[in-house]
Amino acid sequence: MTNDLSRRGFLARAGAGVSAAWLSAHWPAVLAASGHARKAAQSAAPAKLEFFSVDQAKEIDAIIARIIPTDDMPGAREAGAVYFIDRALTTFASDDQNAYREGLLQLQARIQAVFPGVQKFSAATPEQQDEILRSFDQNTQAGRRRAFSAGAGQNFFETLRVHTIIAFLIDPDSDSGGNRDGVGWKVIGRDRAHMFQPPFGYYDKDYPGWKPAAHDAEKAKT
Amino acid sequence: MRPEQPKYKTTEEVDFVIIGSGAAGGILAKELSTNGFRVVVLEQGPYLTEADFTHDEVKVLNQDLLTNHPKLQPTSFRKTPDEKAKPQRALVYGRLVGGTSVHFTANFWRFHEIDFVERSKVGPIPGAGFADWPITYADLEPYYTKVEWEIGVSGLAGASPFDPPRSKPYPMPPLPVKASGVLFERAAQKLGWHPFPAPMAILSQPYLGRSACINCGFCLAFGCEVGAKSSSLASAVRMAERTGRCEIRPNSYVHRIEMDGSGRATGAVYFDEKRNVQLQRAKAVVVCANGAETPRLLLLSANKQFPNGLANSSGIVGKHLMLNSGTTSMGVFEHALNDYKSVAVSRVFHDFYELDAQKVGFYGGGGLDARFDLTPVGFATGGLPPGTPGWGKGFKDTLRHNFTRTMQIFCHGTSLPVENNSFSLDPDLKDAWGLPALRMTYKDHPDDIKLGNWMNARASELLDAAGAQKKWSFPAQEQQFAVHLLGTCRMGNDPKTSVINRDHRTHDVKNLFLCDGSSLVTSGRGQPTMTIEALAFRAADRITDLAKRAEI
Repeated sequence: MTNDLSRRGFLARAGAGVSAAWLSAHWPAVLAASGHARKAAQSAAPAKLEFFSVDQAKEIDAIIARIIPTDDMPGAREAGAVYFIDRALTTFASDDQNAYREGLLQLQARIQAVFPGVQKFSAATPEQQDEILRSFDQNTQAGRRRAFSAGAGQNFFETLRVHTIIAFLIDPDSDSGGNRDGVGWKVIGRDRAHMFQPPFGYYDKDYPGWKPAAHDAEKAKT
Repeated sequence: MRPEQPKYKTTEEVDFVIIGSGAAGGILAKELSTNGFRVVVLEQGPYLTEADFTHDEVKVLNQDLLTNHPKLQPTSFRKTPDEKAKPQRALVYGRLVGGTSVHFTANFWRFHEIDFVERSKVGPIPGAGFADWPITYADLEPYYTKVEWEIGVSGLAGASPFDPPRSKPYPMPPLPVKASGVLFERAAQKLGWHPFPAPMAILSQPYLGRSACINCGFCLAFGCEVGAKSSSLASAVRMAERTGRCEIRPNSYVHRIEMDGSGRATGAVYFDEKRNVQLQRAKAVVVCANGAETPRLLLLSANKQFPNGLANSSGIVGKHLMLNSGTTSMGVFEHALNDYKSVAVSRVFHDFYELDAQKVGFYGGGGLDARFDLTPVGFATGGLPPGTPGWGKGFKDTLRHNFTRTMQIFCHGTSLPVENNSFSLDPDLKDAWGLPALRMTYKDHPDDIKLGNWMNARASELLDAAGAQKKWSFPAQEQQFAVHLLGTCRMGNDPKTSVINRDHRTHDVKNLFLCDGSSLVTSGRGQPTMTIEALAFRAADRITDLAKRAEI
């Protein structure tokens, strides 16, 4: 049974059983997407854009390819991030539409100002692209961080950055439409199975079973 | 298959209406219906089942599939009572049948003897409303055992030299050790400490008709898809339903306890799914709505006879909120741990359960555990070492290298009860039903911060001893977000300094009982749910006894 309340998508940081520190460390307050995305992402037919124009999608695709680049392993592009974000913006992350619209305009303006002659972000070299993105992103480190600092551009970049990460790493078997073919999990080494048996890793392979430490065993004798 | 439930009419006076179906409410429903009473459980959230649960991080974490909703239920926060609170998300709890027990990590430590008598032992602490419990560990021991055997807890009795006495071993062995647990255990033993297999409310073997854990790795914040996590949803609620005397009524948001002119509760007033107002009549009311919503409901139920809120003659309803202190250290190792598999925690130690304040210079104590509780997205946004770029090649390379090689050490500790720390009604902010929103006021006692940092330093030593190639820590910060909701309607013998008596009956209203995290007098060492459930079993015995003697 699902209930109407469970379907309402809103801003959140959530979690349980631990402290505020855990939450603030791990869930930047961003809107994100789910739900209807499944069909397009999982069907063989090419996904259709619902929010972005073809030109906008091309720019977004160029940015997400710098956020999680493709190397010898897949990047955000192969995970279908642009489609995940496109669908997110027409459904549950619709509050972010303006951030994207305005952010894209600012991005174009800045690239034209900084690199005269370059008309579009997607036409710039990777080095130029990174320089522009760095100018939008004053404090991005992967550790503890605050989402949504001042400035629409920074808001846009941080939102897009987190959306890209979600698109890359969300459970590929969920109906979110992200992490196409599980490529993100392949990159980080996360097995896609839903069920595991021990040993799980290197250090528990030869574990003999719990016993008290030698110093405790001696104490117990006395 | 869910058995057919009775459908009580709202006009029919049932024996008990229970508000909330979480850790405490589920058990009270099971016990009271098993004892022959007609019970209606009003749960504000939906009735989801295992088939509705998913590993979809967006749905579960960003869209609050299982939790209270920041737009429907906004909250506000301030540090001290002289500030005006600002709207901000201040707490999270499970908002569904089974409550927070559905999505918790399932660490299941008993409290120790000291937790009940610490005020007497330690003496007063400046800035804290520190008190003893009116019951002792010995009073609660049979009920801890009941939780372990009736709800399902895995563990190894006798493995920790610091454990309090127990009347029975665990019903099943501990869950398999993880790589983080092996590293933690070896290093802790090297340092002279006493690590042991973590007691968890997750089944290591099939039990009571439920499946064993399949080690899928999505525990914290997620509902268990195979019912191996011993939530109220998977255990107590189902048992209550099988009695044929208990109706679980989801989507029922209670906002007032109805009173008659003689000062007795006559039922619970709630919004149903269509936001129509209903009144369920009952001979007695048991509130198990959690440490935030229980005091809020009492305050919302103020009337002429009880102008400061129901059961609030002491003036301390909502006060002495405790969240538990918590700090984390993280380490990266040479080889793969693959700690994303299985339950979050497999090893714990309690050597610092009771620190000597004379030696360390502050009051407190706690336990450390080895864990990995990060989802893939959570890891990428919060699990990489400080200084790692947030995007680009450096980000991807670190993510790729570290995900399988990282573990966390979590330090869980005491919170002192500070009277100003509280849940109250925000004078301006309203929820989606037009009711005053929860306002949280919280400023950690300085000793709680010192404790968190002290334990984090031990965690750091442990990571060195374990051979971590890289390590870092998150120092204790003043908390502004509540997960553990404790102490806000505390138990005591004196009606001037407590809200409920040792039978969980409110001092002021004879047929009104409260049982959940709000009942706790002290915070324990960071794992309150086991104690909340033991209290619920005990409360059910006490309430049954009173009902049979016609003393309600």
